[in-house]
Amino acid sequence: MTLKTDHYVINIGPQHPSTHGVFRLRLTLDGEVIIDVEPIFGYLHRGMEKLAESRNYTKNIPLTDRLDYLSSMINNQAYCMAVEDLMKIEVPERAQYIRVIMAELQRISAHLAGVGFFLNDIGAFMTPMLYMFREREKIVELFDMVCGQRLNYNYMRFGGVAMDLPEEFLPALKKLLNEMPGFINEYDQLITTNEIVLARCKGVGVLPRELAINAATAGPVLRGSGIEWDLRKKRPYSVYDRFQFDIPTGENGDTYDRYMVRLEEMRQSVRILKQAVEQLPDGEYIGKAPKLIRPPAGETYTAVEGAKGELGFYVVADGSENAYRWHVRAPSLINLTALREMVIGWKVADLMAIFGSIDIVMGEVDR
Amino acid sequence: MPPLKHFGEGLLRGLKITARHLGRKWITVQYPEQKLTMSRRVRGTDIIWDRESCISCRACERACPVGAIKMEVSRGEDKKLKTDDITVDLGLCIFCGLCIESCPTGVSIYIGYNYANTTYRCTHCATDKSGTSPSNGHCGELIRSNDELLPNDAVRPRSGYYRPERAGELPPQTLLVYQTTYGEDRRRKKESR
Ligand code: SF4
Ligand code: SF4
Repeated sequence: MTLKTDHYVINIGPQHPSTHGVFRLRLTLDGEVIIDVEPIFGYLHRGMEKLAESRNYTKNIPLTDRLDYLSSMINNQAYCMAVEDLMKIEVPERAQYIRVIMAELQRISAHLAGVGFFLNDIGAFMTPMLYMFREREKIVELFDMVCGQRLNYNYMRFGGVAMDLPEEFLPALKKLLNEMPGFINEYDQLITTNEIVLARCKGVGVLPRELAINAATAGPVLRGSGIEWDLRKKRPYSVYDRFQFDIPTGENGDTYDRYMVRLEEMRQSVRILKQAVEQLPDGEYIGKAPKLIRPPAGETYTAVEGAKGELGFYVVADGSENAYRWHVRAPSLINLTALREMVIGWKVADLMAIFGSIDIVMGEVDR
Repeated sequence: MPPLKHFGEGLLRGLKITARHLGRKWITVQYPEQKLTMSRRVRGTDIIWDRESCISCRACERACPVGAIKMEVSRGEDKKLKTDDITVDLGLCIFCGLCIESCPTGVSIYIGYNYANTTYRCTHCATDKSGTSPSNGHCGELIRSNDELLPNDAVRPRSGYYRPERAGELPPQTLLVYQTTYGEDRRRKKESR
């Protein structure tokens, strides 16, 4: 017997706990099966890029904090590198190392938040998320120690960082680095082989290799599809060429692989941090940079490996105090472009898992 | 469906980890009885300005990305700049600290370490025998003027920013002592020259 069914259009969001912010998905359903999805965003649009064109370069550093607010340090770094490229400012070695330490700590904390929310989305409710936030809290405390803020750090400056590391920072960091692998193993034990997680994630929302490349995805989404691409290795910036680490990749490109890549990346970040702490040189924490930044006319695109993928700043300078054009290549937005292909044919409950595994931050999608 | 051999394994493992957590130290803070330990560099929710050391250069006003600082500056009879009025709109302020970094004297404008703007006012109502408890329609604390409520040394020590001479006595977790001592050093050097 066949049942005649009608297609049904429903909205998820803009206010929904699983949309990770103000994001709306218009789903066309056949029963419970998704046959079409149209992402609608712009609810959080703040005109950041236009705003940045109306202020001078230094005042834009706090703006970058507010793009991907779970990885502000990496945003700071990417933007500062772009302006340093325009101005040809030298960054002292110690500052480079401090930046790497901050970026890797931020990557761990962003992945902890990402994985925690993802597990929350697939119904693990609070426990894993609270466990992950417990560790994120320790990292946030380190940031608090360094720059006095817990979310919008505004720590990096053109030519280096705003303040040197306080003396209590390194012992606290070393302690955390010793503990961290144990915590990651704990998540691994708790989650990775849990039968519900396996049933909800294995083979769900497969993103094939070709599509991952054609949709220009980056970061864990791309690496989950089996492509070994990491700007820290493939186009080394800062002092990343001095560290040994691996690029974890998945095989099937499913939700489970994207989760596993994030888990493994945290381990690799701990590895980088250990080396960076060991090699940390003495010296200046900020190089010679003019107080008023006025780059010569020109343009730059500088990209770093953000927690969610390639994070780039395209800045066009016209010789004045303000940028003529300021654009962010935001990984969250571009990773979303592959969403439609990933969810068609799956059920609404799977949509949450797939969407969670992309790990987006709406602050970055709607700039 | 997962293979049957995994059935129930995840639950048991989860319970084991939860059981291990029962013996761990609590990390929650009973606010407001217990306060968080903040770092020395914390950028709290006060902007504190010091009239004595300010040279009215307006660098802080220019550095502010959101235009939270408004200054009115004029020249006095001795041709020196002086600040007639300064307002900081804390509703606009994003506590980025750029004004503090831009200040050439290094000591004239600070961010305090206060992170909670709430205070207890009715602390002694319950034990107050003087007839000013709320049941009489008055509260000894609530009818105080703003000036009386403003922090003074006896009530609440200001941040070490503001009183560099006290910075050393403050507990290590509080505030941006660095900025203060740095600015003070610079000033002393200038004076001794
Ligand atoms: S902290 Fe930042 S936003 Fe606040 S007044 Fe100073 S410069 Fe302006
Ligand atoms: S930057 Fe410092 S010295 Fe200049 S006006 Fe502001 S507080 Fe006064």
